[in-house]
Amino acid sequence: MSTTTATSRARDLLGVSSLSNASLTTWLHGLPGVDQVGCEARAAALGTRSIKTTSKAWAIDTAIGMIDLTTLEGADTEGKVRSLCAKAVTPDPLDPTTPHVAAVCVYNDMVGIAKDALKGTGIHVAAVATAFPSGRASMPVKLADTKDAVEAGADEIDMVIDRGAFLSGRYRQVFDEIVATKEACGQAHLKVILETGELVTYDNVRRASWLAMLAGADFIKTSTGKISPAATLPVTLIMLEAVRDWRELTGEMVGVKPAGGIRTTKDAVKYLVMVNEIAGEDWLTPEWFRFGASSLLTDLQLQRQKLATGAYSGADYVTID
Amino acid sequence: MPKFEYAPAPESRAIVDLASSYGLFINGELVDGTGSSFKTINPATEEHLADIAEASAADVDAAVRAARAAQTRVWGRMSGAERGKYLFRIARIMQERSRELAVLETLDNGKPIKESRDVDVPTAAAHFFYHAGWADKLEYAGLGTSPRPLGVVGQVIPWNFPLLMLAWKIAPALATGNTVVLKPAETTPLTALLFAEICQQADLPPGVVNIVTGAGETGRALVEHPDVDKIAFTGSTEVGKAIARSIAGTRKRATLELGGKAANIVFEDAAVDQAVEGIVNGIFFNQGHVCCAGSRLLVQESVADEVVRRLERRMKTLRVGDPMDKNTDVGAINSKAQLQRITELVDAGEAEGATRWTAPCELPTRGFWFAPTVFTDVSQAHRVATEEIFGPVLSVLTFRTPQEAVAKANNTPYGLSAGIWTEKGSRILWMADQLKAGVVWANTFNRFDPTSPFGGYKESGYGREGGRHGLEAYLQTGEGA
Repeated sequence: MSTTTATSRARDLLGVSSLSNASLTTWLHGLPGVDQVGCEARAAALGTRSIKTTSKAWAIDTAIGMIDLTTLEGADTEGKVRSLCAKAVTPDPLDPTTPHVAAVCVYNDMVGIAKDALKGTGIHVAAVATAFPSGRASMPVKLADTKDAVEAGADEIDMVIDRGAFLSGRYRQVFDEIVATKEACGQAHLKVILETGELVTYDNVRRASWLAMLAGADFIKTSTGKISPAATLPVTLIMLEAVRDWRELTGEMVGVKPAGGIRTTKDAVKYLVMVNEIAGEDWLTPEWFRFGASSLLTDLQLQRQKLATGAYSGADYVTID
Repeated sequence: MPKFEYAPAPESRAIVDLASSYGLFINGELVDGTGSSFKTINPATEEHLADIAEASAADVDAAVRAARAAQTRVWGRMSGAERGKYLFRIARIMQERSRELAVLETLDNGKPIKESRDVDVPTAAAHFFYHAGWADKLEYAGLGTSPRPLGVVGQVIPWNFPLLMLAWKIAPALATGNTVVLKPAETTPLTALLFAEICQQADLPPGVVNIVTGAGETGRALVEHPDVDKIAFTGSTEVGKAIARSIAGTRKRATLELGGKAANIVFEDAAVDQAVEGIVNGIFFNQGHVCCAGSRLLVQESVADEVVRRLERRMKTLRVGDPMDKNTDVGAINSKAQLQRITELVDAGEAEGATRWTAPCELPTRGFWFAPTVFTDVSQAHRVATEEIFGPVLSVLTFRTPQEAVAKANNTPYGLSAGIWTEKGSRILWMADQLKAGVVWANTFNRFDPTSPFGGYKESGYGREGGRHGLEAYLQTGEGA
């Protein structure tokens, strides 16, 4: 979507003649508020669902297929990325029925290596861009970062919003940056990281979700994984409500990706229950829901083996990457 | 077929050791009654669970005499600190046996195991812990310098929260030095009888707690017994009025916690997703068998359609069925009689012209079931808007201004509870001040805590239970004390 079409669509949705910071503010601040206590209670209640036997097996395989297997370290090397890609393709060499993950997520200088390692597998390569994780760079740098990743073959771009601009009420600036990055993505899918740990309030999470969707995000994503807290159930609940309500308003679906801090099968199942009961089952595919995670896959494999054999094998029987 | 089907996750009933018949708990022992017996069933399956003794007037008399002896000789003389130790012990045993209590409650009552496990049993234990702490501090409760127990208390409780209502009644009575004779509801006697076993396990002195099972006649014998000093009753307004009449002119005191038709008031600026959760929790929690249920939704006209649309969408995700399944949200109706009452009122609602919408769900063929239902186009005059349905049925009314919301909310003979949903703090305070309801929840609903007094205005009863105020109902205070 070009800048002009994005802006004119936003004007239509808001019903304004000019997409000023003031009109964006009025719109975002007019969204219904979130009651913190009620939101957290609802997330906790969904967390008590008891998912057993066949449902658990389905949930484990579905979760594995939704993982963006991630390595975002200063110490990343070609070897590390290649080994992660091998794991992405064949998580469990002893059990070929184990599904492969959705994507591998790396810094943009590793995109070419990952692309090569995943050739022909159908697994996407996602690159973090726009001066990840802080986003503190000038716009030309952020766009160059994005284009660089896209040119290297990235299928998906995970951008960060400017939290400073958002928190100081410069919504138009955040909107423009997302629109410009989306344009730079070309055919690549754009995931917009809200960094909810820095937005702090659920009201902010809801507003940032709507702002990102208005600007053309294909996915809204909770966190970089570099800030604590990263993904939480209540934050993801708010984002799932946002994409559900956005579809009612526009007919379009937007994906959701909680990232960071999701390490166990139990956690992953809670997220899937939440997707199912809040956004609805249409979102229960890798096309519309992802987990940004590194160690989650290991636990999912362990639980998968446990279901198949009736016994825990232990961490030594699952490859670390 | 749903993509993500939740496989059955039934709680095991193996932990419960059901006897084929149960007697009465009098003077520390389970004894055979002199009356006849009745059956208690599982309302979700109509399975016969056990035969229960129906206490005769003579049995009630024996229980009151045991309570009197225990009060004058042991419990009333014991120091508060010692009484507190017993209450702490009971609380701990309830926690230790919480799964057993939860499973038994669900079998006998029909409520989802999720609720008996996460609400009923822990809150019941919390009432004992809380009142255990008061037992040795009564002089500092602000109720006079030497508050004294009333003596023997007759307590009659309903079937909607059998164990929790027992705890609301017994814990404060014991903490304040009274002894009790308690009659559980005839459809849900089992957890009270397990509680009797817990009293034995805690070495509670004989006669401090006596439990007499039975129906209306047993209750009447207890209420009319001349040696009972106080009656504590939770149940219908009709029976409450009968009790008030029967003890008028006697020395007996009474606290009555009766029916309700609570307004849950949603303003246009409410946090709408949480308000919808609060509406659902307000009326579908415990199948709507809740005296303080938010059975009248008062929603501001400007957002009424939006709120109802979201509510119906949410209701489609409610899981109705086997109460023993850990994923069940709405369980069985407690009895055939209650199901008939709900059906009658819902039929009346349709006949009077309200629009009925029922969540699509498959109900089991055996047992007593009613699918979550909402009525729109309801006027203040419809029976579904005025009478307590005590089931999973919500009536939606609208208002235009805060003043109109208050007027409609208060336009009922009841006054037990109310809910307010708005992001505006000043409006919460103003509304709470205007509403004639004993409990007003703001941006939440159906929250219970032993530290918080609970009770009604108008025909919802009198007296308070819980908190410091609840102690007063079990003590002689002031100059005469």
